[in-house]
Amino acid sequence: MSATDTQAGANSLRSGPDGRGRFGIFGGRFVAETLMPLLLELDAAYRAAQADPEFHRELDYYLKDYVGRPSPLWLARRMTEQLGGAKIYMKREELNHTGSHKLNNVMGQILLARRMGRTRIVAETGAGQHGVATATVCALFGMKCAIYMGATDVERQKPNVFRMRLLGAEVVPVTAGAGTLKDAMNEAMRDWVTNVHDTYFLVGTVAGPHPYPQMVRDFQSVIGVETKEQIMAAEGRLPDAIVAAIGGGSNAMGIFHPFLDDPEVKLIGVEAAGCGLDSGRTAASIERGRPGVLHGNRTYLLQDDDGQITEAHSISAGLDYPGVGPEHSWLSDIGRAEYVGATDQEALDAFQLCTRTEGIIPALESAHAIAYAARLAPTMAKDQIIVVNISGRGDKDIFTVAEHLGVKL
Amino acid sequence: MSRIARRFATLRAQGRGALIPYVEACDPDYDTSLAILRGMPAAGADLIEVGVPFSDPSADGPTIQKAALRGLKGGSTMKRVLEMVRAFREGDDGTPIILMGYTNPIEAYGAERFCADAKAAGVDGLIVVDMPPEEADLLAGPAAATGLDIIRLVAPTTPDARLPIVFNGASGFVYYVSITGVTGTRTASTDELAAALPRLRKATDLPIAIGFGIRTPELAANAVSVADAAVVASALLNTLEGTLDADGQATAKTVPAVLEQLRGLADAVHAVSKTASK
Repeated sequence: MSATDTQAGANSLRSGPDGRGRFGIFGGRFVAETLMPLLLELDAAYRAAQADPEFHRELDYYLKDYVGRPSPLWLARRMTEQLGGAKIYMKREELNHTGSHKLNNVMGQILLARRMGRTRIVAETGAGQHGVATATVCALFGMKCAIYMGATDVERQKPNVFRMRLLGAEVVPVTAGAGTLKDAMNEAMRDWVTNVHDTYFLVGTVAGPHPYPQMVRDFQSVIGVETKEQIMAAEGRLPDAIVAAIGGGSNAMGIFHPFLDDPEVKLIGVEAAGCGLDSGRTAASIERGRPGVLHGNRTYLLQDDDGQITEAHSISAGLDYPGVGPEHSWLSDIGRAEYVGATDQEALDAFQLCTRTEGIIPALESAHAIAYAARLAPTMAKDQIIVVNISGRGDKDIFTVAEHLGVKL
Repeated sequence: MSRIARRFATLRAQGRGALIPYVEACDPDYDTSLAILRGMPAAGADLIEVGVPFSDPSADGPTIQKAALRGLKGGSTMKRVLEMVRAFREGDDGTPIILMGYTNPIEAYGAERFCADAKAAGVDGLIVVDMPPEEADLLAGPAAATGLDIIRLVAPTTPDARLPIVFNGASGFVYYVSITGVTGTRTASTDELAAALPRLRKATDLPIAIGFGIRTPELAANAVSVADAAVVASALLNTLEGTLDADGQATAKTVPAVLEQLRGLADAVHAVSKTASK
């Protein structure tokens, strides 16, 4: 099994992106000229690494012995019984080291950065999960690390900020804009453009300029590759539906991608509807956005008529982003994947449902996926199967949840 | 011949370098930015860059970011930016206007309609910061059809082998981003500039403007001693910002202060004598 298993035939939905980094009309490399030569270098370095068995051996070693892969596929019996419909399996990405799927990608990219001779890492983070994962591998390999985080997020994710600092990272609060993930992404790009000679920009999701969407997807595809093996072993067949939460969309892309050519498997991405899809306070870029260009790629964006990017809203800092990975935009347009929304309230309800029935405290991000699965399961037959990606654990969210439940900690 | 080509030809014949100041549309309001724009040619501007405010200017430093946000607050839309250029053109038919901005507002407006409307308003060239040659097809057709110049950016990181790709489809002039970094931060040394220019000259016959980090008359004069033009943006925006009142509104000092600084820059640039042959 390889973490970067991307073999696909010409008619496969898995063969993208094209040479320009496009998935249909989406993707591309919309960056300042200063960065363009670096992206070309990165693309070449990534292709060389992909073709090198030693790179895969090294990555597999760290994924197994450091990240803790494979992660289990858990049959959620009590939740299944309570919902009274399809059988629900949970892909337990929250059991990875650092508590989320983020480390899969970070591990791949840090090994690539080392091959490229870079000594300093910059990254953006929203909820802090990607920041913590990045700070972790920088500690592991003794590399300098700067994490850009919106000032608002620094305030609402204090435990993760402290974790990153413990790990030796410099956490830089970004006050521009609304001080959330999109502003952190802008600032990380500015750092990269300024320090191109020694710095590697470690993008945390399947967005940004090519080759990031492809590379992050490949590194996250280990989730779907394992899921496929595990469900075949457990049930002797593929699931009827796979449900995953979408901010930028890396955990969803990772679990979807190995199933793209299995049309019997329905792929459902759950965006953060925030206060409701039509409330104006949402992060549902595919359902309520239009195609546009931001952060190096063309994709669905929340924007006004003049092409100015609008602020996203979600109870989950990790989903609070006005864009989405370009491959999701393409999968939506061609109808291969379906994109739906779950509100803040539905996520909170699902958070408690999962905690009480399965003894698993999910991240608020993942709770969006659970919320939709809980809506879907009762409409399906009992012999049907749903796999939900539990992309992260919810320890970081207990303060937010307590506040919404009116509990003082 | 485009207005930009004409202007550079005239300057060359006079043995002078060009000063290209920058004004952000609607910063902090439409009337103030139009007054600055209208005052710029008399204060010594040879060409003018008009910034199109965008919510996420990821290649720009803090000064231009703030100006963009003030512009948006001041009511900037693409339509309004073009209105401003049209108003400027009523009194000035000679000074080239270059719009500088990001891809998304252009795409939202519609690339074809944008090029047609921009040309009709009196715009001469476009600099789209996040549109490298690899993504240039969105504008290439409509810009060529309407006769708008596409000004390409070149960076210190651009290798020689890539220069022909960058210059393919470029017209008007070439914008050399003199540092790796964002606008208005570090300044390139005279040595760095002197080393960079011959490399570009070998690859293009277009005039070369230097930008990013030029904040004083001395630095501007240095730039035109090796290149054909100097772009000054953040330094003027800092001055503008310094004249605003506590609510971020323009004061009686705003327009004169910006134009006064521009005059100083222009005098230094125009004092540099260039041999008419190059």
